[in-house]
Amino acid sequence: MQLQVNNSPFNQEQVDLLNRLLPSLTDTQRIWLSGFLAASAQNQAASGAPAAAPLATSAAPAASKEVTILFGSQSGNAHGLAKKTAKTLEASGFQVTLSSMSDFKTNQLKKVEQLLVVVSTHGEGEPPDNAISFHEFLLGKRAPKLDGLRYSVLSLGDSSYELFCKTGQDFDKRLEELGAVRLFDRVDCDVDFDEPAAQWLQGVVGSLNQAQAGSGAVAPTVPTAAAAATTESAYSRTNPFQAEVLANLNLNGRGSNKETRHLELSLEGSGLNYQPGDALGVYPQNDPALVDELLAATQWNPEEQVTINKQGEVRQLREALIEYFDITVLSKSLLEKLTPLAANKEALELLASDRLKPYIQGRDLLDFIREYGPLQGSAQDIVSLLRKMPARLYSIASSLAANPEEVHLTIGAVRYEAHGRERKGVCSVYTAERLQPGDKIPVYVQQNTNFKLPENPETPVIMVGPGTGIAPFRSFMQEREETGASGPSWLFFGDQHFVTDFLYQTEWQRWIKDGVLTRMDVAFSRDTEDKVYVQHRMLQQSKELYAWLEQGAAVYICGDEKQMARDVHRTLVDIVEQEGGVSREQAEEYVAAMQKNKRYQRDVY
Amino acid sequence: MATTKLSRPDGPPSDVERIKHESNYLRGTLAESMLEPLSSGISDDDNRLMKFHGSYLQDDRDLRNERQKQKLEPAYQFMLRVRMAGGVAQPEQWLVMDELANKYGNGTLKLTTRQTFQMHGILKWNMKKTIQEIHQSMLDTIAACGDVNRNVMCNPNPYQSDVHAEVYEWSRRLSDDLLPRTRAYHELWLDEEKVASSPEQDEVEPMYGPLYLPRKFKIGIAVPPSNDIDVYSQDLGYIAVVEDGKLVGFNVAIGGGMGMAHGDKETYPQLSKVIGFCKPEQIVDVAEKIITIQRDYGNRSHRKNARFKYTVDRLGLKNVKAELERRLGWKLQKAKSFHFNDNGDRYGWVQGVGDSWHYTMFVQGGRITDDADYPLMTGLREIAKVHTGDYRLTANQNLIIANVTPEKKAEISELIERYGLTDGKRFSGLRRSSMACVSLPTCGLAMAEAERYLPVLVDKIDDILDANGLRDEEITIRMTGCPNGCARHALGEIGFIGKAPGKYNMYLGAAFNGSRLSKMYRENIGEDEILRELQVLIPRYAQERENGEHFGDFVIRAGVIAATTDGTNFHE
Repeated sequence: MQLQVNNSPFNQEQVDLLNRLLPSLTDTQRIWLSGFLAASAQNQAASGAPAAAPLATSAAPAASKEVTILFGSQSGNAHGLAKKTAKTLEASGFQVTLSSMSDFKTNQLKKVEQLLVVVSTHGEGEPPDNAISFHEFLLGKRAPKLDGLRYSVLSLGDSSYELFCKTGQDFDKRLEELGAVRLFDRVDCDVDFDEPAAQWLQGVVGSLNQAQAGSGAVAPTVPTAAAAATTESAYSRTNPFQAEVLANLNLNGRGSNKETRHLELSLEGSGLNYQPGDALGVYPQNDPALVDELLAATQWNPEEQVTINKQGEVRQLREALIEYFDITVLSKSLLEKLTPLAANKEALELLASDRLKPYIQGRDLLDFIREYGPLQGSAQDIVSLLRKMPARLYSIASSLAANPEEVHLTIGAVRYEAHGRERKGVCSVYTAERLQPGDKIPVYVQQNTNFKLPENPETPVIMVGPGTGIAPFRSFMQEREETGASGPSWLFFGDQHFVTDFLYQTEWQRWIKDGVLTRMDVAFSRDTEDKVYVQHRMLQQSKELYAWLEQGAAVYICGDEKQMARDVHRTLVDIVEQEGGVSREQAEEYVAAMQKNKRYQRDVY
Repeated sequence: MATTKLSRPDGPPSDVERIKHESNYLRGTLAESMLEPLSSGISDDDNRLMKFHGSYLQDDRDLRNERQKQKLEPAYQFMLRVRMAGGVAQPEQWLVMDELANKYGNGTLKLTTRQTFQMHGILKWNMKKTIQEIHQSMLDTIAACGDVNRNVMCNPNPYQSDVHAEVYEWSRRLSDDLLPRTRAYHELWLDEEKVASSPEQDEVEPMYGPLYLPRKFKIGIAVPPSNDIDVYSQDLGYIAVVEDGKLVGFNVAIGGGMGMAHGDKETYPQLSKVIGFCKPEQIVDVAEKIITIQRDYGNRSHRKNARFKYTVDRLGLKNVKAELERRLGWKLQKAKSFHFNDNGDRYGWVQGVGDSWHYTMFVQGGRITDDADYPLMTGLREIAKVHTGDYRLTANQNLIIANVTPEKKAEISELIERYGLTDGKRFSGLRRSSMACVSLPTCGLAMAEAERYLPVLVDKIDDILDANGLRDEEITIRMTGCPNGCARHALGEIGFIGKAPGKYNMYLGAAFNGSRLSKMYRENIGEDEILRELQVLIPRYAQERENGEHFGDFVIRAGVIAATTDGTNFHE
């Protein structure tokens, strides 16, 4: 029987989830689940409190054989002790995951059942460098509930400092606050740490072994609500979701000519879903400084109430110009409406001449008004001619599987000077200069079915994404890592300078190390005398690249259309011609066939 | 005579021993690491080997946390140190260093406390070009770091040039003779073809062997009455003995070293001890045999206890001397008497023998750079373009423009004037006697500022000195960012070792001439407390000192601090 809203007490989302889950259960699972639900309902009734972590009715939960050891180390002592701990536990038959805190993916934390923390404190109570971000995360408000986690902390320090072993104490206290339970009490070690550390290790091993011995048969695990719901979100382009900014940082190091923002937004509660390759629509705001200049040039009253749309919504003029109207793009159709109102009648000549096209390039409403104004008519008359602020689309740089209820963007801040004024990209500079964590920004998901990972996870992928073109490939890699896709992957990235412009550098390094990313070639055009771009790197590897194509690799290109994508396309044909030993025409057909078979996809702008 | 059986400490070899062992005479996987394109860093193992080639990987620690958040690896860069015995350089070499620092480095040069050039901020892909250009200038970076004999120091002594020339010649002989023999450097950096046949192990490094030394090894030669090179701080020190204006030989001193570790009393700074006298032509032989004793008996288990000073203290000075004489096959003569006045530099113009002139310039922290109001780097570049003599880098991080002909003196004086360069006489005696290691932001070991902060602290101490009429009093002040002691902190009358950002251990009581170590006076204090202590000590010194009494001697006589009579009681 199919559950429905009208034949069950569930809402639509729940019905959908249950209908997906129930048919997949085996008989044993069905029986267990009914017993589990009955038992937890009894518990709840008896205690009057919400059910605690799911307990199997028959046996205590099995103590896991898996132990995660996280270390934060400045001088290497904590690292050494963590390694020693891992060795000892492995010798006792435990499966150990050993990681520095900086390498540990925080979204894995909830999956950990037994955690050992070995961390030093340096300076005046500060965490070591490779513990800073994890410390910040765990002590911050984004730390998850950790009910069911068992843990112990070994902290290293120097008692001649006032805040002796503070970092270890922080972790110990915080883990408890998050609901975790100590499996052995924290030990604080002074400079001479060997003995107390050995005692801690002995205690931890004892406690872990005891838990092992005390556990019964393997308890059934509760199946997690499978796969994200496919229900349509209530939010769309016309009804954007107000996404909270979780993080907003510059990916370019000091001294760079560029500024590339990495934006993390929360989709919590939106029901919005996306696939790698999709884009996010973002509604920005105009620069208040520009709006004020416009108000000064027109001598409009900023506080005047204006109607902003056909529905008759009313806003203060200044606010409307910031949030609602497009004031930065001059289009021919807009000028056709504005020129009759312009005091300077040369505007009409401009409209009729072939100077119009170059004129509107890089100029905005303020330029026009300064040159040809003032305009006849009220503020309301003029703003009614303006179009609504359009959304900007950005290739999504994250995978939902890796970052549930989050979406990440990679946005290059656009700033340049033209026609005697400094110009700023509306959305990019809005995010770069004014959008703070905690702020909300209207967004929606724009599907892009033409830029999708191969359905077969074993298919090799070749990704070419210089500059912000890197964004979707971060999403691809996150997805392939989460799904455990086994196909090889090869990324070409380029930008100006290695030291400052290697976007997401440490993430690629980790993926290479972990084998998620098979190869990576980089081209930094301004580090060498002769400028090297991604297509040059492709050509240098032409033999290997062609071999990948012959093995069925899918090719993805993302980024600048006019220069990069054309050069890369030409290079691809060159490689097929050269390595395949075929004519130019045949090489072009080869690439065209790839395109047709969705083995050559582009997301260019 | 009963011979004592010598032995090496028990224990498994340290990780660095493994790296050396696996390195095939300092090659490791450096060739591949230097080409790896996704990181500007290299592996820890290769970085250990890099030291033997005169360089190591660092990062700009000012940017470390910021870059981590930006998902960028640390701002990795290489430090590169030149091997330049006795600190002697030619004007053409100065111009090459200047050019390389600006082209590949961070635009500054550091004159080190061991009389050589150091560059910072070189990116991985520029290392080979930099080393090749240094090579073309007839210098190299071999063994400037690593577990080998380091840059040999030598008193620059420009006012006694005849003896200096001879002593310098011996320092150069030592430097060349004690070099590693492996061709790894030439293959890796200078594109030398690999020799096909693999020679017997003994032939590759006849003196060092495949594992090199347990730790770094330092040699310095002093010419009394100046102890500018801090001869007692060296693993092996030679003290020139000059009779009737002629060099007759050297007193031999062994077992000095500055480094220690916070909170570990098994580690301590130590001063070398004089064990005898040898003739000039014997000093290379003495050095080789001393090095082989350290090679055979040094601690290869614990690097913190691996310096030769610990070997000497563990085996006993007498036993080490006996072993040395056994290996030499002859006996050292009785040490000759000598006297040291100070361990500082003589600033300004000094006339040497013959017609030549020498100008000692004060270089704060040894840093050659252009500041808005002090174009030192530019000024020195202009001088190098016309200078016909040579340069001497001093052990106190200063610079001697040496062997200036009477014809050139006016021109160089004019350039010194034009760029406002200084012999330091406008500064306090304290600042002229100050020394700081590099520390933050590039040194990976630093716990607190040194080079960037000491000048600021000195400004504040100067106020106290001024108020007590001690502006011209020479008091040595030395600051290091960590306990390893690159600025020989334990021999500063006022010494600081970094503990944490803004926090230092403060040391007092070292001798003005470098013959006595200091002792810890206050632990883990900040600037306010440092100044509060000196606001008491300096006025007392001004009022209570005896005629000619130095600050380091005064604090002991006044009972402020106990004298450290040996490194082994440094912590007591």
